[in-house]
Amino acid sequence: MSLFGEVPQATPVAVFKLSNDFKEDANPKKVNLGVGAYRTDEGQPWVLPVVKKVEKIIVADNSLNHEYLAILGLPEFRSSASKIALGEDSPAIQENRVGAVQCLGGTGALKMGAEFLRRWYNGNDNTKTPVYVSAPTWENHNAVFSNAGFEDIRPYKYWDAEKRGLDLDGFLGDLESAPKHSIFVLHACAHNPTGTDPTHVEWMQVAEVMKRRKLFVFFDSAYQGFASGCLDKDAWAVRYFVTQGFEMFCAQSFSKNFGLYNERVGNLTIVARDSDNLKRVLSQMEKIVRVTWSNPPSQGARLVAITLNTPELFAEWKDNVKTMADRVLLMRASLQAKLQALETPGTWDHITQQIGMFSFTGLNPKQVEYMIKERSIYLMASGRINMCGLTTKNIDYVAESIHETVVNVQ
Amino acid sequence: MRQTCNSDGGVGSTENVQVRGITLLPIFVDTPIAAPNPETKLLADFKKDTYLSKVYLAGREYLNEEGQTSVSPLIGKIMQQIGTDPTLCPEYPSYFGLPEFTRRATELVLGRDCHAIVENRVLGVQTVGSTGAVRLGAELLKHWYNVSGVWCGPVYLSSPCDDSLAGIFEAAGIQDVRRYRYWDTEQRGVCVQKMMEDLEMAPEQSVIVLSASAHCPTGSDLSQKHWRLLTQLMVRCMFFPFFLLPAQGLCHGDFEQDAWPVRLCASLGMELLCAQSFSHSFGLYGERVGHLLCVLKQSSTLLAVQSQAEKQVRALWSRPSVGGARVVATVLCNPAHHVEWQEGVKSMVERGILVRERLREKLRLLGCPGSWDHLIQQGGLYCCTGLNVQQVEFLEKRRHIYLHPNGCLNLK
Repeated sequence: MSLFGEVPQATPVAVFKLSNDFKEDANPKKVNLGVGAYRTDEGQPWVLPVVKKVEKIIVADNSLNHEYLAILGLPEFRSSASKIALGEDSPAIQENRVGAVQCLGGTGALKMGAEFLRRWYNGNDNTKTPVYVSAPTWENHNAVFSNAGFEDIRPYKYWDAEKRGLDLDGFLGDLESAPKHSIFVLHACAHNPTGTDPTHVEWMQVAEVMKRRKLFVFFDSAYQGFASGCLDKDAWAVRYFVTQGFEMFCAQSFSKNFGLYNERVGNLTIVARDSDNLKRVLSQMEKIVRVTWSNPPSQGARLVAITLNTPELFAEWKDNVKTMADRVLLMRASLQAKLQALETPGTWDHITQQIGMFSFTGLNPKQVEYMIKERSIYLMASGRINMCGLTTKNIDYVAESIHETVVNVQ
Repeated sequence: MRQTCNSDGGVGSTENVQVRGITLLPIFVDTPIAAPNPETKLLADFKKDTYLSKVYLAGREYLNEEGQTSVSPLIGKIMQQIGTDPTLCPEYPSYFGLPEFTRRATELVLGRDCHAIVENRVLGVQTVGSTGAVRLGAELLKHWYNVSGVWCGPVYLSSPCDDSLAGIFEAAGIQDVRRYRYWDTEQRGVCVQKMMEDLEMAPEQSVIVLSASAHCPTGSDLSQKHWRLLTQLMVRCMFFPFFLLPAQGLCHGDFEQDAWPVRLCASLGMELLCAQSFSHSFGLYGERVGHLLCVLKQSSTLLAVQSQAEKQVRALWSRPSVGGARVVATVLCNPAHHVEWQEGVKSMVERGILVRERLREKLRLLGCPGSWDHLIQQGGLYCCTGLNVQQVEFLEKRRHIYLHPNGCLNLK
């Protein structure tokens, strides 16, 4: 009798089923707009030139060893990564109240933050603190917080399907009505999956309510640099909240902006009230890390640290990031222009107004199904597309397909 | 203008603090400082010690003659090749890690022709070190072991064991963690009888964490005869074995022998988990190369367990990092590399045996009271001297030699 005999099959992750179906599709014109990584105009993954350079440096450096990193990770990585998010001249950094934990990608950073909050926030081991995630949000947010023990994970209004933009009133309304001390997971920029970010003024309104209602700020920053092409611009919201005096977490991922998907380079930046608080928080973080992965992997962090801490390499990296962001912006502009030229019914401004890798096209599930079945264009049932799946070679086909779909399927 | 803020640990303080005219909201004020990791404190004391001939014997890594971790020339060469390979893709690996790694890691433990592998009832997941493997295994057990009730343990750990183990199970939500007697300070060996006694008292379907070889921290293992007795007990009581295999090959210099207890249980048709680490055997500590092996009774449960494991992984770290696993897979997939690597491991073991013998011989020559045979009977990286707490303290304070408080030390 197997002790695992009653285990039910878990529901598969949608985006991977999509990838599988795409792989098996024999249509030579097929396009995968469901992938979650950057692609070049040739539809290939891209190893950033600066990454290749730094990898060679690392391989040639005999002084580097393979010892365990410290539990909280590589110090030069942690501090330089936090500087990227908060800005070099961040007052919080100067006041010695910023610390960080090197983690396994953005997921790992969210996980560490969630585990800490469950244990030490809003009382001890309080699993009842509500955690709010945007509607919609990245599908793993829910799982990370619920596995950390939180029992009450709720959506906050975010995407307005009618106007194809931010539902600011709904968002602010949920902030006002949330129980005090609730945790809110905010996307720092390039909201996944909608690509719709609040404007500066809108962020200021959000911050005001959160401060007044003592809500916890947990930023998820997976696309810094990737959204506008400029690191500082993409960090505006995070930095604004710091100036407003929030103690907060920011989960950073370097998977996308360094193209280091498989090295799992992440950082949980902690902004605390003062250095004493920070010290205590970090001491507890160590305990949590120790029973999850003991200490984080070294290679990716080393690569990022060398890049961020060497001026010429840093400049080259920013340039590489801009290359990726620019290609995405180009595809956005092209797609919108083509749809307008085809006189496709509906408005398509949201394609260029949205930002980052993803776009919520506004296609409904029936239309999505048509796109997949009749045109071999694979996108998420939500209508989300990855702009990186578009190339100069397939964009005409995609635009025509969207046109045909919208005209024939309601 | 900064007000002085409450820095006594701040329990109950909700005072706002002003910095540069901005009010800082107090959120983490109540966070207490965590008790320092005993290992960290020991290392810190060692670093502060100004005695020239000080020795640190409480580390967790294999060190070479120069006292440093190192990788063999083979590994170094492979890392170079990988580092400059233009065809390698930086994409997300699967949640389970590199398939060529998990396949070889599984074969290394069970043997290529193990029935469980042939019958397709084995799941292998690349993890973040062996800590990650234990954590993932704990999460799997907590969520899906014997689904008819909410199972929360008990989990049995050896006494002593690696000091992070209990915390890992607790973090996964398993609070009922108990000990079975293992190391006998008087006999300076495994007290098999007491161990069996303790386990006879354990409730059915308990999870028993067992060291397949090179027990941490004592270095003392069960004999094959005792393993047979133990497995009979486990089958009878419906226990679930969770093996730790941190250094396969580094105990006896023989990969089969070091994994023998796991193979025994698999051959008896038992379900089991096994947490493996490749840190020591490859010298790749920072790369965090671990593996969790799950052997099931029926292949019909494999897909479901796999899907649930994926779910757990997604909420822990999403995917593992590939660098180190790629090196290991490259070695294990290439017969010539494999042989060269195994030879390297064997010579590490020989060096370890030499150190043990020398230590025992020196103690004998010094006329040191007591028997020191246990030093050469133990295997692997660790050695349990049998020194008591006061003696360990004496060594630290008066002779500047740093051991674990339980008398165990790192041979390297």
